[in-house]
Amino acid sequence: MRTILYILQKEFIQIFRNKTMLPMIFMVPLIQMLILVFAATYDLKNVDIFLVDKNLSETSRELVSHFEGSPFFNIYDASFDLAKAENSLKSDDADLIMLIPENFESDLIRDDEVGLQLLVNAIDGNKAQLIFSYVQGILSSYNKKVIAEWKGLAEFNPPLQIKAKISYWFNSELDYKWYMAPGILAILVTIIGMFLCGMNLVREKEIGTIEQLNVTPIQKYQFIVGKLIPFLVIALFDLAFGLLLAKIAFNLPIAGSLALLFGFGTLYLVGVLGLGLFISTVADTQQQVMFVSFFFMMIFILMGGIFTPVDSMPDWAQTLDRVNPIYYFMKIMRNVVMKGSGFTDLIEEFVSLIVIGLVFLSLSIWRYRKTS
Amino acid sequence: MKDELLKTETVTETNNKVIQVKNLVKKFGSFVANKSLTFDVYRGEIFGFLGANGAGKTTAMRILCGLSSPTSGEITVGGYDIYKETEKIKKNIGYMSQKFSLYEDMTVSENIRFYGGIYGLSISKRKEREAEMLAKLKMDEVKNKLISSLPLGWKQKLAFSVAMLHDPQIVFLDEPTGGVDPVTRRQFWDLIYEAAANGKTIFVTTHYMDEAEYCDRVTIMVDGRIDALDTPDKLKKQFNAQNMDEVFLKLARGVS
Amino acid sequence: MKRFFGFVKKEFYHIFRDVRTMLILFGIPIAQLLLFGTVIKNDIKDAEIAIYDQSKDEVTQEITAKLLSSGYFILDRNLESINDIEAIFKKGKVKEVIVFESNFGRLLEKEGKANVQIIADASDPNMGKLLANYTTGILNDYITKKMGEMKVPLQIKPEVRMFYNEELESVYLFVPGIMAMILMLISAMMTSISITREKELGTMEILLVSPLKPVQIILGKVAPYLGLSIINAFVIILIGNLVFGVPIVGSTILLMAETILFIMMALCLGIMISTAAKTQMVAMFISLIALMLPTILLSGFIFPVENMPMALQWLSSIMPPRWFIVILKNIMLKGTGLLYVWKETLILLAMTSVFTIVAVKKFKTRLE
Repeated sequence: MRTILYILQKEFIQIFRNKTMLPMIFMVPLIQMLILVFAATYDLKNVDIFLVDKNLSETSRELVSHFEGSPFFNIYDASFDLAKAENSLKSDDADLIMLIPENFESDLIRDDEVGLQLLVNAIDGNKAQLIFSYVQGILSSYNKKVIAEWKGLAEFNPPLQIKAKISYWFNSELDYKWYMAPGILAILVTIIGMFLCGMNLVREKEIGTIEQLNVTPIQKYQFIVGKLIPFLVIALFDLAFGLLLAKIAFNLPIAGSLALLFGFGTLYLVGVLGLGLFISTVADTQQQVMFVSFFFMMIFILMGGIFTPVDSMPDWAQTLDRVNPIYYFMKIMRNVVMKGSGFTDLIEEFVSLIVIGLVFLSLSIWRYRKTS
Repeated sequence: MKDELLKTETVTETNNKVIQVKNLVKKFGSFVANKSLTFDVYRGEIFGFLGANGAGKTTAMRILCGLSSPTSGEITVGGYDIYKETEKIKKNIGYMSQKFSLYEDMTVSENIRFYGGIYGLSISKRKEREAEMLAKLKMDEVKNKLISSLPLGWKQKLAFSVAMLHDPQIVFLDEPTGGVDPVTRRQFWDLIYEAAANGKTIFVTTHYMDEAEYCDRVTIMVDGRIDALDTPDKLKKQFNAQNMDEVFLKLARGVS
Repeated sequence: MKRFFGFVKKEFYHIFRDVRTMLILFGIPIAQLLLFGTVIKNDIKDAEIAIYDQSKDEVTQEITAKLLSSGYFILDRNLESINDIEAIFKKGKVKEVIVFESNFGRLLEKEGKANVQIIADASDPNMGKLLANYTTGILNDYITKKMGEMKVPLQIKPEVRMFYNEELESVYLFVPGIMAMILMLISAMMTSISITREKELGTMEILLVSPLKPVQIILGKVAPYLGLSIINAFVIILIGNLVFGVPIVGSTILLMAETILFIMMALCLGIMISTAAKTQMVAMFISLIALMLPTILLSGFIFPVENMPMALQWLSSIMPPRWFIVILKNIMLKGTGLLYVWKETLILLAMTSVFTIVAVKKFKTRLE
């Protein structure tokens, strides 16, 4: 035990003496969180419409003004020239082309029904679908209004309707920042912990000081634990600062217990730091450590459900996620922070994280060789 | 009576052997770095390991320190078996590697505290040793300076002293004087003599032939084999040479 | 010149001799592309829902069946009490709860109006909103069908054509992003680390006293990574095309030229980082922290740039991948020519020259 304390003392001295790294460890991640959280939103704000109105009737104008009145849509340009319209789609100036056919008004009167052509840039499928559903919303309210007016009614109600009342729980304003802040914080904490820890160990290999340690009676577990704890502490500090900052800057509600969150955080970090250490016991250079850790990081992050929902992934990927520590931590962060989930809600995650932590930690202790 | 005497003599001799190496072989794939080395090192002697770069000196030393495992051979260090009792060996040896091994970004004191700590020295013992050591090296006023700010010669002397912090029986030095000026080298060897006088066994590799003269006994390695092993005087006589440099050249030429 | 080629050859050997490094440099990008191409999707599929049906009549059962057969939802459980909702959300599995009022079918038939409550777990706001949208969509659909012959007068019906991506495949959106990200990180990160490594280990000094010019040293270090990245780019485009069916509508030559330009830009960025960093750890940190997350988040890879606040849109315009992704989408998916991407191309060119100038300046001052 005393030996571990001496190792810890040494590591902390070295970390706090490095004046280039210190700000990077504490400041950079927090600044990143503050900035990047704003970036992560699927909220559609401005859909640019290129209008080709071949009808130019009162009805068509009214329809267009209906779109203009919506906060989502914006008539970017109007012309009869279809080629020009298509160019605007190509150059990304417009998101969709709205084509009102020549006989729009007369067809509507005669057939009671008319088509409105919409050409949507669908490279981002999600966005295209959202645009479509907004268009539908506007059309249906317009339809009702027109019917009421033409039939001289105060309000038109279709013969059958299901009234859906939608409520959004835990985040009634649909604030993206609340969703992204815990996620980005989890990534940053992971990067800091896993990379610093792994590179620190392999650096001793590169400089050669590890030989000096290997001729001492130091035990393998003492060495690994001594290397792990400093970065665990730093990462937990980053987590605490980050949460505080998110609370102040984004008014992030922290519904659950902080003790629970940090308990899980510790468990999680032991796992990823153990992985970082394991990689560095196998590698010879910092470059290798970095690249391999980077590989795992990318997979963990992108499969962890931070940016895209895990439920949308193919089944095999969801099965693979069972060994992805970020997947669990992500879930824990969001559930505890936003919904106030308690320990009993997260037993599965608890057990999984313990298993992952034990496996990676034992792997790194096993693989660390005092004798080559 | 005579038999009895002979017997005691052999007994003392075994007791005095702190390192015993028999048929040590080390292979890296198809490359054989050590081709069946056999030698003994006695308590309190300065044992020199000489040879050109790549002759296999460092490999052999790393095996004795437990940093690398031998392919085959019977080896004991400090009376402990190298295969089974590696960790016990480590308590009894000090090692100073070719690559400089103190932490550059920590002060002299912090380095001493750290190494003292992992060898399990009590705080009072460590402070005592630290004061003693800094006084001897005349480095008391730099004890709070970063290692990186010290000249190379000082670092080397410090590294040697740190390697002896826990009072080991045997000290392994891997080319300890590489890159330092002649005056510092001389001072360094004074430290080695003093340690040997205090009963420490010194195992040192070098490729400076003049340093070989300072050793009690010298092994000359060529291409992974031991080509000669004796006191410097006897070797010079045997090869009819003026100095160790000549001995070495004659040996090396004889081979190639 | 001969000396220079000798040096380049040595650098190539360094990288290509080591199987582990090779595996890392080729295996990882390919594995990532394959993995992310299939995994990263943002459309809804099999979301777990719970239903609290207070009516349990024919109509609610029909609607439930319709919801569950849509492919968007699977039923996790039926609830018996409104009080269970919070507990079930806290477990984190169920994303939406649908509550039918009692006598739902009768009310719909008698009064033409019935109420349903949709409660979405909006701790993931995007998911919550999409689920609620899809649910109302299905409800509307049900009603329209039910009204059947009851002809509703005056309908304007949208006829939508999805351009460039008719099936709304998320791969189309993500392949260009993944490509930009991988190239950026390999090129910038690997060069910065490999040059800093020489500095840290002291071997840079040895190279600098050799008769090679500093520029040659840098070029020599970069050349292998240029080769590597180009091969990687080829492989990525090929996989995107063959495995994921992402088309290359535009000119392949233009695509390659733009890709090489982007790689050059990333290499120059890597060199610039290496002139600023003293240790590999610092170089790694700059590359990783400053490049990885911003590349993912600010480049339009996952989140559309135009949705971001103005300040961030500005910030995103100094992210090289942002422009490259636009170029890739234009050439690969829309099939436009240089006419539509000259602005982005110029920006990348400008970035490349800025990085080069800064790197050369820094390098010189260090030597003096």
